[in-house]
Amino acid sequence: MTDRLLIEESAVNAAAPGAEALPPADPPPETHARSQSRDIWRQFRNHRGAMLALVLFVAILLFVGIGPLVWTIDPGFVDIRARNQGFSAAHPLGTDQLGRDMLARLMAGGQVSLAVGLTAMAVALTLGSLIGIGSGYFRRLDAPLMRLTELFLALPLLPLLLLMVTLFREPLGRAMGPAGGTFLLIVSAIGITSWMQTARILRGEVLGLKEREFILAAQSIGTPAPRMILRHVLPNVISPIVVAATLGIATAIITESALSFLGLGFPPDFPTWGRLLYDAVDQMQMYPWRVVLPGLLISLTVLSVNYIGDGLRDAMDPRIRGR
Amino acid sequence: MKLKSLMLGAAAATALAAAMAPAAFAERGSDGQVNVIMWQAPSTMNPYLSAGTKDIIASSVTLEPLASFTPEGEVVPRLAAEIPSVENGGISEDLRTVTWKLQPGIKWSDGTPFTAGDVAFTAEYCMSPQGGCAQLAKFEGVEKVEAVDELTVRVTFVSPRPDPFSAFVGAQSPILQKAQFQNCLGEAAPTCTEQNFNPVGTGPFVVKEFRTNDVISFAANPEYRDPAKPAFATLLMKGGGDAAAAARAVLETGEFDYAWNTQLSPDVIAGMEAAGKGKNVAAFGSLVERIHVNLTDPSSSLPEGERSTVKHPHPILTDPAVRKALSMAIDRQLLTEIGYGPAGQPTCNLVPAPAAWASENTECLTQDIEAAKALLDEAGWTVGAGGVREKDGKRLTLLFQTSVNAVRQDFQALIKQWWSEIGVETELKVVDPSVFFGGDAGSPDTFQKLYADVEMYANNFEGSNPEPYLARQTCDKAPGPENQWQGENTSRYCDPEYDRLIAEMTQIVDPAERGAMGRRLNEMLTKDSNAIIPLVYRGTTSAVSNTLGGVALNAWDSELWNVADWHRAK
Amino acid sequence: MLSFALRRLLLAVPTLLFISLVIFLLLEASPGDPLGDVPLTVPPEVKERMREALGLGQAWYIRYVLWLKQFFWVEPLYWFDRAFGTGFSQGMQRIISFQSRSPVFDVIAERLPQTLTVVGMSYLVGVMIALPIGIISAYRQYSWFDQIGTFISMVGFSLPTFFTGVVLIIVFGIKLQWFPSIYDTTHRVTDWDSFLVQLRQMAMPVAVLALYNAAQISRFMRASMLDNLRQDYVRTARAKGLSERVVVLKHVLRNSLIPVVTVIALGLPAVFGGAIITEQVFKVNGLGQLLILAIHANDMPMVMTLTFIFAVLIVGFTLIADLLYGVLDPRIRYD
Repeated sequence: MTDRLLIEESAVNAAAPGAEALPPADPPPETHARSQSRDIWRQFRNHRGAMLALVLFVAILLFVGIGPLVWTIDPGFVDIRARNQGFSAAHPLGTDQLGRDMLARLMAGGQVSLAVGLTAMAVALTLGSLIGIGSGYFRRLDAPLMRLTELFLALPLLPLLLLMVTLFREPLGRAMGPAGGTFLLIVSAIGITSWMQTARILRGEVLGLKEREFILAAQSIGTPAPRMILRHVLPNVISPIVVAATLGIATAIITESALSFLGLGFPPDFPTWGRLLYDAVDQMQMYPWRVVLPGLLISLTVLSVNYIGDGLRDAMDPRIRGR
Repeated sequence: MKLKSLMLGAAAATALAAAMAPAAFAERGSDGQVNVIMWQAPSTMNPYLSAGTKDIIASSVTLEPLASFTPEGEVVPRLAAEIPSVENGGISEDLRTVTWKLQPGIKWSDGTPFTAGDVAFTAEYCMSPQGGCAQLAKFEGVEKVEAVDELTVRVTFVSPRPDPFSAFVGAQSPILQKAQFQNCLGEAAPTCTEQNFNPVGTGPFVVKEFRTNDVISFAANPEYRDPAKPAFATLLMKGGGDAAAAARAVLETGEFDYAWNTQLSPDVIAGMEAAGKGKNVAAFGSLVERIHVNLTDPSSSLPEGERSTVKHPHPILTDPAVRKALSMAIDRQLLTEIGYGPAGQPTCNLVPAPAAWASENTECLTQDIEAAKALLDEAGWTVGAGGVREKDGKRLTLLFQTSVNAVRQDFQALIKQWWSEIGVETELKVVDPSVFFGGDAGSPDTFQKLYADVEMYANNFEGSNPEPYLARQTCDKAPGPENQWQGENTSRYCDPEYDRLIAEMTQIVDPAERGAMGRRLNEMLTKDSNAIIPLVYRGTTSAVSNTLGGVALNAWDSELWNVADWHRAK
Repeated sequence: MLSFALRRLLLAVPTLLFISLVIFLLLEASPGDPLGDVPLTVPPEVKERMREALGLGQAWYIRYVLWLKQFFWVEPLYWFDRAFGTGFSQGMQRIISFQSRSPVFDVIAERLPQTLTVVGMSYLVGVMIALPIGIISAYRQYSWFDQIGTFISMVGFSLPTFFTGVVLIIVFGIKLQWFPSIYDTTHRVTDWDSFLVQLRQMAMPVAVLALYNAAQISRFMRASMLDNLRQDYVRTARAKGLSERVVVLKHVLRNSLIPVVTVIALGLPAVFGGAIITEQVFKVNGLGQLLILAIHANDMPMVMTLTFIFAVLIVGFTLIADLLYGVLDPRIRYD
């Protein structure tokens, strides 16, 4: 099954000219980067899985980014005579129940899903890290921040989202246009409702870390707190952050589809991967590709981010560097 | 209309066949268990506390009204001996009193006799001021209900009623047992959990176990009036999941015999039916999917409280040519085919049934993009930047909202495309149904507030009298701050002539004349003004296993109205 | 430690009261109406009467205080009466659901068994799979076992349960007909055969949820193990001549458990909350379905009570996790 899916994915890329024509992703190291980051990059390059994942991730980015410039069918165009079609030259990945081109929809959907997934994950991670490390490191902040975390964990999600949409959809839409406003709304909705786990985990780690010898040593020579956190604490909690990031992207992409299902997301003619997957579940037996393709793209994105994360973490760990 | 009569005919034929086949050798309880799946699970057995369709269907298995509606929309006696009429003296000459004669010898499932006192009590129960009765509208205009003797009930109305069949007719207002509910009047109504979950009834089944929003187990009522019925010894009503899962359980896995409300796209249903375990059946009542055109300005630049109110007419949609063009650009045939298949028919009417009220209004059924374009040209809307028409600096850009629902989102995409072909730009919006239909005056997203230019939803009327339904489109029923945004004239349609005709209608008694008046009102709302753009006349659909016989799907009453006749098909 | 626990427990009371107030205000402010399910055929005047009968005519603070009284006073009294046959709660109104007009706690009690068996079991299975997979994956990083484990857990996590659940139903419910696609909540286990029936109907929902939970926990377990395997103390332990088994399972594992404990402690209250989508897909009708239906129906008393119990569990399990940190890593002190 897996192999078949992978073959199909290469077909997806082949369908988007330019996607496979890119040079093996090899962005040159920044010219005036510090030697440390060059070091990390050298390490990273030796990590086969991570490199493969990076190529895959860039390919997906190109598929959704450059693809629509090459494959110019409007993803919202309804061609009612061509509905429910299989793979053909006119529609390489077939059409949906209204005759909209699946390839174009996957590309357009990917733009939204990736943008939402990555940004919402970044928001959640930033919030989670700030609150987690803050409460773990500063004893005085611990109690209030953790009570805040408990409050957020306890809030019922759906009414909260409904309230946010009621209050902010129109003002944001007016200020930034309907799509921009919705994007900001969704990203912040997902971000501020999914940072709690990261915060709790980081706090636990930092609590233990704080008592380690090297931290105590650094403290004893009077290292200021911001520097302590950036130089000594953060690098040592990077593993759980990487895991939370990987899981966070998957959750954000799926949550986005749940939001649009509740009418809280993008307008209904805006395809997203999660939405494509959801809409096709009922027709899974008749048109399996319609669920397989978006499902596969979501999984591949998450897998590649996971391996890139693994590679980064290994590359940043001085203890195994040069192994 | 043709398709509809065909379907009704088929349903009637099945019912007839069902009634004849088992009668020869039937015995109560001989067919074991019947499994019904209701994906929206019933939450109570007392229809007076909840107006939800799911609860009314569940309670109709146990509780019965005096008379029911047939699948054709006719009134037939149930607990009553006959249908009162002016001819048989049941309805007084001045149309103010109705006298029901009850069938003798009927017993409650606890063995006590059913009497006129129970009927009078039911009226008292629902009309008690603190009870919050969900079916109060059924008792509107009722002055008093008295038990004349053991088997005679007299209902007196405040004013003459041409159509008195609302109270005690249909599954919405069945008879409760006085002995069981007499301590549950008014404020005590919600505290009677035991009674609400396990009502004593006269129907074919009694509740054995009730788990709210989950499962109800029923057993055959030992006191049921027909000793040969029901054929099933037990009935299991399971809730949960969604429409697709429910249809799958009947059509593909065969775990269930009957699935309620299997509203799915026609090709999904066809795929499931291919498994050969059952069929999806449809019946038509009065449900019409329609677009309401906002005749007032929803612009967000207006102060709150003035948006979408009659104070500010809509800048574009007050032009009748635009509304007509919007309607002409829609291919209703295709919408029906994609969204509903055999469970829908294209329509131009707001009132599609009963036959006497359904107008011969078929002009809109053929899509005509070119004519729509010509109409807009003529009205002075010229094609501007990006193919969007404009006039006096106003662009034909509309915000189109509806509730979250896969079929409605497909409709939105199709209609957006057609409108773009005639030079109308459409922005789509969807709202969670619990908010959209929730009627919360504080929310900007309810269907009543209509902070959009057009919106799509479906509505129907109960019973066979469309008059109150049409009466909700008068000027004073337009939602606004003065009525807490609760009116149902969501188009804000306001025509003094329409209001005058509605007032006139209350005085008309002759059925043919009433029908003619109804047709005229219907046309004023639809084809004359296009304030309401009807799209699809929708049926209710349910999935029935091939091994289940006797089902006669009914859109005018509870779907399980004839569950006593259901049996195992051999 | 004990004084810390006591202090936290005392602090929990105002915290929970504050949380309950915030939840109440949130539900109050969020759009929607308890009568949203009522068909459009019911006229607005009748709806207004129904609203009043639900007690919605009163100001929010009166309803909030009433709920507090019912939750903390009437309900405990009622259960006390039930246990000891006394009559203290006579004539007192319990918390009543808007949807069914039945006491909220009775409905919760009805739902608890299936949620605990299905969601609880899946969590247990998930943890039991995740821990060994996480440990082995880290110990043999980049071995084929690790690669496959990573692949499955990532795919398992990135595919939503509304999809995997339906796939399982189509394969095992429709094509193979091994398992029922609908969970029977009235089923009672009385003997071996009925136990097998129960196992069969639990198989698919438990599998779906366990995969999802295991994916998440195993990733945290693996990451944490990897961090610790590279620490100096591991080298020291090995140099001392301790066996690999002792090194890994005693020293490394214990030190790696902190994030895992956090994740599990956050996950256990969620067991009570049920699994909304999975319960829906398999028609388990547990607490998750109860909550989502109540939210959609704007059944304030039900949502309020369920979320508040959830909040109590969250506060409780966070405290337990904090205490466990101290046990796992004695350097962590709270004073």
